[in-house]
Amino acid sequence: MSTIEHAAELPAWAALVVSVFLVLGSGLVLMGMLGFVRLSTFYERIHAPTLGTSWGTGSIVIASMVFFSVLSTRPVVHEILIGIFVTVTTPVTLMLLARAALHRDRSEGNPEVPEDSPAEMPAEESGEPAGRA
Amino acid sequence: MSHVILACSVVIAQVFLVVAMWLAMVRMFRGPRAQDRVLALDALYVCSMLLLMVFGIRSGHTIYFEASLIIGMLGFVSTVALAKFLMRGEVIE
Repeated sequence: MSTIEHAAELPAWAALVVSVFLVLGSGLVLMGMLGFVRLSTFYERIHAPTLGTSWGTGSIVIASMVFFSVLSTRPVVHEILIGIFVTVTTPVTLMLLARAALHRDRSEGNPEVPEDSPAEMPAEESGEPAGRA
Repeated sequence: MSHVILACSVVIAQVFLVVAMWLAMVRMFRGPRAQDRVLALDALYVCSMLLLMVFGIRSGHTIYFEASLIIGMLGFVSTVALAKFLMRGEVIE
């Protein structure tokens, strides 16, 4: 296994920090995907990939930031854009997807999903509420 | 010594992410319903984005950061579009 040539001047502590964060992040992504394959219902499965999108992404972003900052001896923080973007967009997509799945299950009359709660009913009758795109 | 550890951990991270992509693809082909496949596609996007970031660390170029940012944005937009399609397609039916 060859070493990485451009990282030859990387100090040992930085290499260790980058290694720990890389293995931690990718291990979290792998754990989330294992749960994604193994869990039984969709509403359980929708939780599993968030392990990768929260700390999996965060840890790999931190590893990349530390690596390029130490290597170029100046703070390189533009990777934080990916972290912020993924953190902001993942709840939005998963809420939309869970809403769509719930709507599909309810319209099929699937008995495993709960019915519309009474608190939601007047909000749905008075048009689209502001919080639901 | 520490550089050997770094090289090993980069390879380990790449292997983990590729295995995670395979698992997402298993769910995408096997997933019983459409929402499982959409969720698997979203997870696949996230995995490929992280794989590109790890590849950027391995190769030392910051160009891969921009590619992974674009992948993240396209993944968000496509998942939102597919979720809207899932919700509205059955309303029309």
